[in-house]
Amino acid sequence: MIAFILNGKTVQTDAPPTERLSETLRERLRRVGTKVGCDAGDCGACTVLLDGQAVCACLTPAARVQGRHVTTVEGSSPELTRLRAAFLAQGAAQCGICTPAMLLTAAELLTINPKPTPDQVEAALGGVLCRCTGYRSIIAAVVAAGQGSTVPVTEGLVGAAVERLDGAAKVAGDSFGADEWPAGALVLKAVRSPHPHADFRIGDFAAFSAQPGVAGVFTAADIPGRNAFSVVPPFADQPAIAISPARFRGECVALVAFEPGVTPDLTTFPITWTPLPALAAPEEAETGPLIHATRPGNLLIEGLVKKGDAAAAIANSAHVVEGIMTTAFVEHAYIEPEAGAAWLDGDTLVIRACTQAPGMDREDTAALLGLTPDRVRIIPSAVGGGFGSKLDLSVQPLIGLVALLTGRPCRMVYSRAESMTSTTKRHPAEMSGRIGCDANGRITGVEFTGRFNTGAYSSWGPTVANRVPVHVCGPYLTPHITARARAIHTHGPVSGAFRGFGVPQGALWQETLYDQLADKAGIDRLEFRILNALSDGDASATGQILRAVGIKECLKSLRPYWARAVAEAATQPGRGVGVAACWYGCGNTALPNPSTIRIALSHAGHVILHQGATDIGQGSNTVIAQIAAQALGLPLSAIRLIGPDTALTPDAGKTSASRQTFVTGRAAKAAAEALRAKVLHRANAGQGALLALEGDTLVVRDAGTETRIDLASLPPDAHRHALSAEATYDPPTLPLDTDGQGTPYALYGYGAQMVELAVDAALGTVKLLNITAAHDLGRVINPVLARGQIEGGIAQGIGLALMEEYLPGRTENLHDYLIPTFGDVPPIKSLLIEVPDPEGPYGAKGLGEHVLIPTAPAILNAIRDATGATLTRVPALPHRVLAALDGKA
Amino acid sequence: MGRGRKLVSVQTNGRGNPPVTALNYARPDSLPQALRLLAGGGWRVLAGGTDLYPGSGATLDGRVLDLGGLAGLAGITEDGQGLRIGAATTWSTVIEARLPAALHALQQAARQVGGRQVQVAGTLGGNLCNASPAADGVPPLLVLGAEVELASATGMRRLALADFLHGPRQTALLPGEVMTAILIPSPGLRGRSAFEKLGARRHLVISIAMVAARLVVEDGHLTDVALAVGSCSAVATRLHLVEAALTGAPVDQAADRIRLADVSSAVSPIDDVRATASYRSRAALELVRRAVGGALA
Repeated sequence: MIAFILNGKTVQTDAPPTERLSETLRERLRRVGTKVGCDAGDCGACTVLLDGQAVCACLTPAARVQGRHVTTVEGSSPELTRLRAAFLAQGAAQCGICTPAMLLTAAELLTINPKPTPDQVEAALGGVLCRCTGYRSIIAAVVAAGQGSTVPVTEGLVGAAVERLDGAAKVAGDSFGADEWPAGALVLKAVRSPHPHADFRIGDFAAFSAQPGVAGVFTAADIPGRNAFSVVPPFADQPAIAISPARFRGECVALVAFEPGVTPDLTTFPITWTPLPALAAPEEAETGPLIHATRPGNLLIEGLVKKGDAAAAIANSAHVVEGIMTTAFVEHAYIEPEAGAAWLDGDTLVIRACTQAPGMDREDTAALLGLTPDRVRIIPSAVGGGFGSKLDLSVQPLIGLVALLTGRPCRMVYSRAESMTSTTKRHPAEMSGRIGCDANGRITGVEFTGRFNTGAYSSWGPTVANRVPVHVCGPYLTPHITARARAIHTHGPVSGAFRGFGVPQGALWQETLYDQLADKAGIDRLEFRILNALSDGDASATGQILRAVGIKECLKSLRPYWARAVAEAATQPGRGVGVAACWYGCGNTALPNPSTIRIALSHAGHVILHQGATDIGQGSNTVIAQIAAQALGLPLSAIRLIGPDTALTPDAGKTSASRQTFVTGRAAKAAAEALRAKVLHRANAGQGALLALEGDTLVVRDAGTETRIDLASLPPDAHRHALSAEATYDPPTLPLDTDGQGTPYALYGYGAQMVELAVDAALGTVKLLNITAAHDLGRVINPVLARGQIEGGIAQGIGLALMEEYLPGRTENLHDYLIPTFGDVPPIKSLLIEVPDPEGPYGAKGLGEHVLIPTAPAILNAIRDATGATLTRVPALPHRVLAALDGKA
Repeated sequence: MGRGRKLVSVQTNGRGNPPVTALNYARPDSLPQALRLLAGGGWRVLAGGTDLYPGSGATLDGRVLDLGGLAGLAGITEDGQGLRIGAATTWSTVIEARLPAALHALQQAARQVGGRQVQVAGTLGGNLCNASPAADGVPPLLVLGAEVELASATGMRRLALADFLHGPRQTALLPGEVMTAILIPSPGLRGRSAFEKLGARRHLVISIAMVAARLVVEDGHLTDVALAVGSCSAVATRLHLVEAALTGAPVDQAADRIRLADVSSAVSPIDDVRATASYRSRAALELVRRAVGGALA
């Protein structure tokens, strides 16, 4: 028996002495505020204080805490109180998965050093990884907590920097996919392919199944429905449990359910593997054996945009540049590995898991399990980061299958290695082409060919292949363009959605060539972009006439910063400045993607917002509520959030494609306006009436008259509320024709970023000094959340540019796969530009993906500015930078 | 329980686990007890846990001998012969200690071993026994002329650190032996040192290459030079040719005497996910220059 003092109270546990303290806390003591990100000390998410010192609970033997004090996020102290308030005020908690560790590590720092400087915070917290915030807001919050207490901002409408409505849960240790499960839940483990391509034979598993503690073995033969899914239904090709052969390393080939409390052991599972030749690179795959019999050349799809005659335009250009760019697999590396639980509620299969797409989970899981969708209920947990990968199914069909077949609750938590090997990646791209301009520097034409490694299954390959040609000319007027993007299957990991759907890769190619073209034309690189920037009334590459185009404002807002930075860099060796821009269409590409929002007044006098958009840290719980409160005319504090939950919330679509603020925001605005209209009609009041809630009475004041509506006395409506309204919004788009011409998006967001850095020419290392980011949001709904998106996107752009390269079998952990740490993200100045779009709610545009796109090319451009070295491959690891420096000579 | 050997036997947790073998965990509270147990063989030694837990399940496999009860194994003491660093001394203890300037490289390295969480738990002895080619503690200890003290039920022995490390995950540690201390003989405490670590990010990074330098300057000349490079060969290594070239040099000529050929002949870098072999050789040269410059600053 081990006894220790947990958050001030003595607890006892019969944990084995060498059990990880994280396991003891979570599984035996059910204190799930301590999060597990890697089980290797690489991420710090499981940090607790042991006698006041920060330690990784995953590296601490339970026996070591005997008689000692352990503080977890469930505990309290004056430092934690100040830190929690400061984290909320600064937006330092986004998804919240790293927040407990950040708070505790910072709490130790404040006891040692009550008023730390930013540098001291960075050094002290460097052992904890965050994938959402870009760290700057965390540094600001800890510094602020050292300076004193913070006054919370909890009231405000569109434009106000209110704290996130789900913030209190984030700073208390939110409930993620791994954090709730029914008593007695079976524990599921997947048998996964150790080979990129292999035949396998599962032997007689009767003896394995008969072992005590093994509750069942499940294979593809047990799947009652159609064992093929894809986010794009016509391409459904991915089995939840594979039938031989396995097509990528990490693919699930069988599932074992263990009784709770048993140590899961798959080492004796009867399976024999016969490795087969694997197609690693698209180049060999295009002429290699077919991975899917119906896809000749292993071509999943080719996207094309063709306008005018690009070849002729380039031939007649005064200046032409030609170049290539190659990118790597990039792992999402959210700190929360996939996890969830499933159980039966009568006839309904309930799945609670981390997800970005509850509606799609429901449809796809139902199809896999042979159920009608109404028999599946998806309850998204708090999501510890998604960035695109949690759009695809992971644990959902597996836990659903076992719950359905056994009738017992079950749960599944991916290990870090499972999360990295089995889920999707950013597409590696090999891109080439030419860009021309006339003697005045005006772009004449673009020719682009991109080959994208889409891995073993389709996932979001079709979306990437379609989005890249639409966007690859950048936010610049391009009269002639031919752009092709092919998605090629290999035996690599499945490439899917990752913040930008291939557009960041395309921007790396285009924006780095733009610098070379500006040099040839003899025009300043920023001015070259301003000269060519799209304007209202211009036609896009797809022939769409654009409006509310904010790119010029973004670029022009950088001018004073650019002048200062260029002058500074000129005086110091190794210093460089780079700029790059982005545009990005919000919502699905030329496909319907509606959102529906329900809003109600309850009999108790609250505004009930059925908010089905999953908040994966980006802030939709708060932004959608701010929009709804504004449209309804009642204070934000009156709103109570329901959902997301497919049983309780209408479908607000996926959290993807930078669509929630725009699409769900429009639905929320329309629903709130409809509810307001009902109220005004009932009170016979005019549009300008003022609403107020006094207990369960709704007061309507209009032109000197006051009407009081006793909500408690109203009969329940169809949704059991006093009054409710529902609205759906689907962005108006038009299909693309065979040349890729049409109106693929209802609105676009724009941005430009400037990077200042120093290159160490002897070692090839890059030190980022400052980033200035100008983004056109149309209308800023919440400036703290907007800045949080910008800083977090930039951090991921830094990773793409400088360090992230997923190599199957070699970087399946968070110490060989590098993501930016505290200290890798420089100070960021955000310039929030507002060019309202008539289609957006209050003019608002999407932002979530835009923010990542310019960062990596701006870094490469700054490296070239600093050294003359042209990099054509990312990540720009030190040895590659040095090789590029050699190459320029 | 008295002072006798303290063993915790593990029971089933009552949730369906098969009974776990008793006596698979021991936390002796004296070194002789620990050595008696180790003599029986079959134990995994647990110090800070930072290298033992990654890759394991919810508990550590096998029989685990926990050094956590041996208070005498941690701490830094000085006697007439030199400095004694207990094998279970943590990185954070090294960081916070007031140490001679010759150990600045070790302190700089300690600040870059993982984050605060790992520095609080991880031990120097564990870092050496784990024998990673990228162990941050090795180059700074090599330039101090460090020796390791190994104890077993049959006695103690001392080995030069360079003789202790045989290869990746391979050491001279014999069955039944445990590292008890790292010893810095007095000559190694002379002069000043500096450490240079190169990685692709700021924190939590496994070195692409790293260099430690310790220099003794007398009358404007380098009279004692110790240089070591890590992550560029199977085992971190001293750079004897560079040391010879620098010894006796006037301080202002030190940089000019550091030659690529002398560095390259001492290392055998590999290509891996972090860098190419050829890059490592060049980087090692540059890091040697910087570490020498740092130690002279």
